[in-house]
Amino acid sequence: MDLHEASNPGHTLSRGRVAMWSLIVAESAIFLIFVAAYIFYLGKSLTGPTPDQVLTVPVISTICLLSSSFTIHWATHALKQGALGMFKLAWLITLALGAIFLAGTAREWRDLIYVKGFTIGTNLAGTTYYSLVGLHASHVGVGLVALTTVMIAAALGKVRQEHAERCEVLALYWHFVDVVWVVVFTVVYGLGR
Amino acid sequence: MASESISLPVPRESSRSVVLDWLFTVDHKKIGLMYIVYALLFLVVMGIEAMFMRIQLSRPDNSFLSAETFNRLFTMHGTTGVFFVAMPILVGFGNYFVPLMIGARDMAFPRLNAFSFWITAFAGFLLYASFLAGGPLRQVGSAPDVGWFAYAPLTATAFSAGHSTDFWTLSILIAGIGSIGGAINMIATVLCLRCPGMTLNRMPLFAWMNLVMGGLILVTISPLTAAQIMLMIDRYLSGHFFDPSAGGSAVLWMHFFWIFGHPEVYVLIIPSFAFISEIIPVFSRKAIFGYPAMVAATTSIGFVSLGVWAHHMYTVGMPSYGNAFFVFTTMLVAVPTGIKIFNWMATIWGGKVRFATPMLFCIGFLFQFLMAGLTGIMLADAPFDWQLGNSYFVVAHFHYVIVGGILFSIFAAFYYWYPKMTGRMLSEKLGKWHFWIFVIGFHLTFDTMHAPGLLGMPRRIYTYPADRGWGAWNLVSTVGAFVQAIGTLIFVFNMIYSYFKGPLAGNDPWDAWTLEWSTTSPPPEYNFAVEPSVRSRRPLWDIKHPQDPDWKYE
Amino acid sequence: MNLRNRLKIWPTSFVSRAVLALAFCMLAPLFAASQSHSPLSPTNIFAPDSTPAHSVFRISSFVLEITAAIFVVVFSLLTYAIIKFRERKGENASEPPQVYGSNQMEVAWTILPVIIVVVLFLSTAQVIHRVQDAVAPSGAIQVTVVGHQFWWEYRYPQYNIVVANELHVPVSNLSSSTPTYLNLLSGDVDHSFWVPRLAGKTDLIPNHPNTMWIDPQETGLFLGQCAQFCGAQHAKMLLRVYSQSRADFDRWVQNQQQPAVSDPAGAAGSALFITKTCFACHTIRGTAGVGIVGPDLTHLMSRDTIAAGVLPNTPENLRVWIRNPEAIKAGSKMPVIDMTDDELYQIVAYLMTLR
Repeated sequence: MDLHEASNPGHTLSRGRVAMWSLIVAESAIFLIFVAAYIFYLGKSLTGPTPDQVLTVPVISTICLLSSSFTIHWATHALKQGALGMFKLAWLITLALGAIFLAGTAREWRDLIYVKGFTIGTNLAGTTYYSLVGLHASHVGVGLVALTTVMIAAALGKVRQEHAERCEVLALYWHFVDVVWVVVFTVVYGLGR
Repeated sequence: MASESISLPVPRESSRSVVLDWLFTVDHKKIGLMYIVYALLFLVVMGIEAMFMRIQLSRPDNSFLSAETFNRLFTMHGTTGVFFVAMPILVGFGNYFVPLMIGARDMAFPRLNAFSFWITAFAGFLLYASFLAGGPLRQVGSAPDVGWFAYAPLTATAFSAGHSTDFWTLSILIAGIGSIGGAINMIATVLCLRCPGMTLNRMPLFAWMNLVMGGLILVTISPLTAAQIMLMIDRYLSGHFFDPSAGGSAVLWMHFFWIFGHPEVYVLIIPSFAFISEIIPVFSRKAIFGYPAMVAATTSIGFVSLGVWAHHMYTVGMPSYGNAFFVFTTMLVAVPTGIKIFNWMATIWGGKVRFATPMLFCIGFLFQFLMAGLTGIMLADAPFDWQLGNSYFVVAHFHYVIVGGILFSIFAAFYYWYPKMTGRMLSEKLGKWHFWIFVIGFHLTFDTMHAPGLLGMPRRIYTYPADRGWGAWNLVSTVGAFVQAIGTLIFVFNMIYSYFKGPLAGNDPWDAWTLEWSTTSPPPEYNFAVEPSVRSRRPLWDIKHPQDPDWKYE
Repeated sequence: MNLRNRLKIWPTSFVSRAVLALAFCMLAPLFAASQSHSPLSPTNIFAPDSTPAHSVFRISSFVLEITAAIFVVVFSLLTYAIIKFRERKGENASEPPQVYGSNQMEVAWTILPVIIVVVLFLSTAQVIHRVQDAVAPSGAIQVTVVGHQFWWEYRYPQYNIVVANELHVPVSNLSSSTPTYLNLLSGDVDHSFWVPRLAGKTDLIPNHPNTMWIDPQETGLFLGQCAQFCGAQHAKMLLRVYSQSRADFDRWVQNQQQPAVSDPAGAAGSALFITKTCFACHTIRGTAGVGIVGPDLTHLMSRDTIAAGVLPNTPENLRVWIRNPEAIKAGSKMPVIDMTDDELYQIVAYLMTLR
C-alpha cells in the first residue's frame, strides 16, 4: 500500500489521515447540533435551577485535558524520532490527564445529581447540559480506550518508530476531543452562566 | 490494457465454505453485491407495502386495511425506501465500481467496508423485527407508525407508548453508523488510491459523485444521529428536548430532522447522477459534455443543499423573512441541477444514440427528472407550498424523483453493469418489456397522483370521504402500481434467467471507455494484474483510438 | 405488423407515448384548474374564495406558467435530440465528432436560470409578506383554534363561546371586509388547518402559537381536513367552515351564548350523562358537565355532523358513535362506555334537546 501511494501523482495523503479527518467532520456535525440545542434553550427552562445557580467551572479538569494535547504531541514527536522511552512516558501522562478529566466530570455530576438535585430530567437546562457534556465525555472515554490499547501495546514492546504515523492519526482524534471541549466549555460555562 | 486472470482447476467448494467466504469477505466486489441484493429484497418488500396501501386508497371509505395498519405501512415504506433500499443499492454500486474505475485493488479500508455492510444489514432486520415484536398496541405487532419523519411530540412516550418508535430510532441510528463508515471509506478511497496518471481532473464522474456523496453523508447523517439521541434521552431519561410541557420545541425536531432530510435526498440523487453520467456518453458515443461544469455543479449542489432544509417547514409559522430566505436557496439549487440536465442533453446532441435498455432508462430519467425538478420549483414557492405542502402533490413529486429518477437510473445501472458483475448479458428483449411496462405503470400512478394533491387531498390518510372527488384519480394510481409490479417482476426474472442462460458478455460488451471495462467479466479478485496508468478521462478510448486520443484535447 | 417491424419504428412511438402520457398529466389538472366553482372537488386549490387563497392562486399560476414554459422548451429539445441523433441502420461504424464542452453554453445556461430564479423569488417574497404579515383590522373576528387528537376546538373570546368541529364565520365582501383571524394552538401533537378554498395551510404546534386569516367572499360551506399527521385518526379530523351573512352569524353567536336548553324530555338522559361519566370529558354549559378533554356539547344539535365531520348528526349516528367509537374512529380518545340499550337511547334523547 505504501508503494502504491508513493507512485501516485502528488499524493502524500495517507488513508488514515483522510479517514480521521472525515470522522472528525461527521462528529463535529453531531456536536454542532447538540450545541445548537443548548444555545437555543438558554433561558427557556420553565422551572428549576438555572446553570449559573448550580454549575461550577471545572478549572482543573480543563487544564488537564488541554495539557494532554501537548503531551500527546510530545509523545508522537518522540516516537517519530525513535525515542521510545520518552514516547511511552508522554503517552502515559496523556492517559492520566484524560482520566483525571473524566474523574473530574464524574465528581461534578455526582455533586449536581445527589447534592443539588439537578438531573437530566429537571428542566431544559439539565437536559441540554448533561447531554452535551455527556456526549463529550463519552468521546473522551472512547479516546482513553484507544490510548490504553496503544499503551498496553507499547508496554509489550510492540510499538516502534514506523508506527508514528498511526499514533499521529490517533492523536488527531485526541486533539479534536480537546477542541470540542474548548467549544463546550465556552458555551456551557461562558455563554450559559 | 487488458488484465489477465490465471485460471487453475479448482475443486468444487462445499456450500459451507461458500457461505463462510461471503460472510467474512472484505472484497469490495462481494460486499457491493451483498448491498445490492439486500436492497433488492427490501425493494420487493416496500413494493408490497405500497401495493397494500394503494389497494386501501383505491376507493373512498375503504376498509381493506385498518387505520393502524395503514399508518404502520406508510412509516415502514418510507423508512425502508430511504435507508434500506436507496442507500444500500447506491452504496453497493459505488463499492463495486469506484475501485475498478480508479484502477485500485480494493477500497481504502476493506474491513471497515465489511463492517459497514453488516451493520446496515442488521439495522434493516432490526426495523422489520418490529412487526414481530408483540406490543401493547393494536394490530400487526409493534412496527413504528409515526411517519418516516417521526415528528415530535407524536414520538414522545405520552403519544407513542410501547417500543414501536424505538425500533425506528435505533435501526436508523445503527444504519447511520454504517453509512458514515461507508462514506469515510469512499472519501479515503477516491482521494488516496487513484492509479498513476489519474488526477482528480481525470477520474470518471462516477468517482467524483461518490466523493461528493460521501462528503455530504458526513454532515447529513450526523444531525439525524444527534436528533435521535435526543429523542431517546426524552423517551428514556426524562429529557425535555422536544417536550412542549417543559418548554421544549416540536419545531426544533423539525429543524434537526430536515437539516438531515433535505441533503439526504441529494445523497440519493447524486450517485444516481453518477450512473447517468457514465451511461449516456457510452450510448451516445460521445464524451460527456462539460466535465468541469458537471464537477462544479455537483459540488455546488452538495453545498447549497445544506441551506434549503426549511422548505419542508413553510407551514409551521416561521417568520416571513425566514420563509423567503428558504425560497431563495431552494430555487437556487435548481440552477446547478438544471445545468446537469443541459450537459446530458448536450452529450446526446450530435451523437449516435443507441437505444439499448440502459439508454432507454436514461432517457426516461431525463424526461422524468425534468418534470420532478419543475414540480420541485412549485413546491419551493412558499405560498404555492402552503396549498401543496403535505398533500399528495408532494407525494407525487418525491416519487417522481425517487422512482422516475433514481430507480430508473438504478435500472439503467443494472442493465449496463450486470454483464461486468456476472459475465452475462441481461436479455434485451425482456429489458425492453420491463422498460415499457414499467414506464407506463409509473406514469399511470404518479402523473395522476398530482391531481388529488391539487384537489386538496392530504398525505398519510388511510381513507377519505366520497364527496371530495379524489376516488377516480386514486383508482388510476392503484392500477398503475400493479403495472409497475409486473414490470418489476419481469426485471427480477430477467436477472435470474440471464444469470444462467444469458449470452456471455466478454470484457467490454458496450464498447465503453472507463477502466472497469478493461478487466474480465466478472473481474478477478485482485481487479488488475498490472496497475493501470492513465493519461486522460477515457483511458480505453485512448487505447481504441490511438490516432485520436482524448489527452490531446483535454 | 410483426414485433420486429414495430420495434424498428419505436422511436416515434416512444415519443408519441411520452407525449400522450405527459399531456394527460398536464391537461388533467389544468382542466381542474379551469373550473372556478369546480364540480371536480370541494377542496380544489384552484377555486379560491378568500383573499389569502386568491393571493396564493395568483403567484401559483405565475409559477405554473414559467415552469410549463421551461418544460415545453426542454422537453422539445430533448425529444428532438433523441430522434435526430439516433444511430441509423447501415451507417458507418465511426464515432461521431467528440465535443468536450463549451464555456459559452455553460455560462448561458447558468445565467438564464439564475434570472428566472431571481424573478420568481422577488414576486414570491412579496406575496409571503402580504399574507403572513397582515395585521388584523379592528372589526375582525378572532377565533382561537385548538387542535386535539382528533377534533377541533374553537373559542371566540369576543363572544365568550366555545364550540367544536364546525367553524362559523361571517362572509366578507369588498364593501364590508370582515376577516376572521385564527390563533392556532395545539393541545397535544402537531396538526394543520387546511381549507384549500379559503387559505393555504398553517400548522398547529404545541407551545408554538401561529396565526392565519380567512375572509370568505361567498356564503356557504367550505371543507378541509387536518394536514399534519397526528396519529391514528388523522384521516378523520375533518374541517367544516360555515360562511354566513352577518345577520345569520350574529344569530348563531347569540344561540351559542345561551346556556344549555333545559328540556324535561331529556331529564333521564341528563342524569345518565353524569353517572356514565360523560361529564368528565364534555362541557354542557349550565350543567355539571365541565370536562374539556372532548368537544363542548352545549349546542350539539346546532351542528350538521359529529365526530369531527365524519358522520351526519342524526339520532341513529349518535347512537352508533356513543355505543362504539372504536368502530367509527379506531384510536379516537373517546372510550367505549358500558351501558344498556335503554340507557343509550335516553342519553341520545337528552343530546337531542341540546339545540
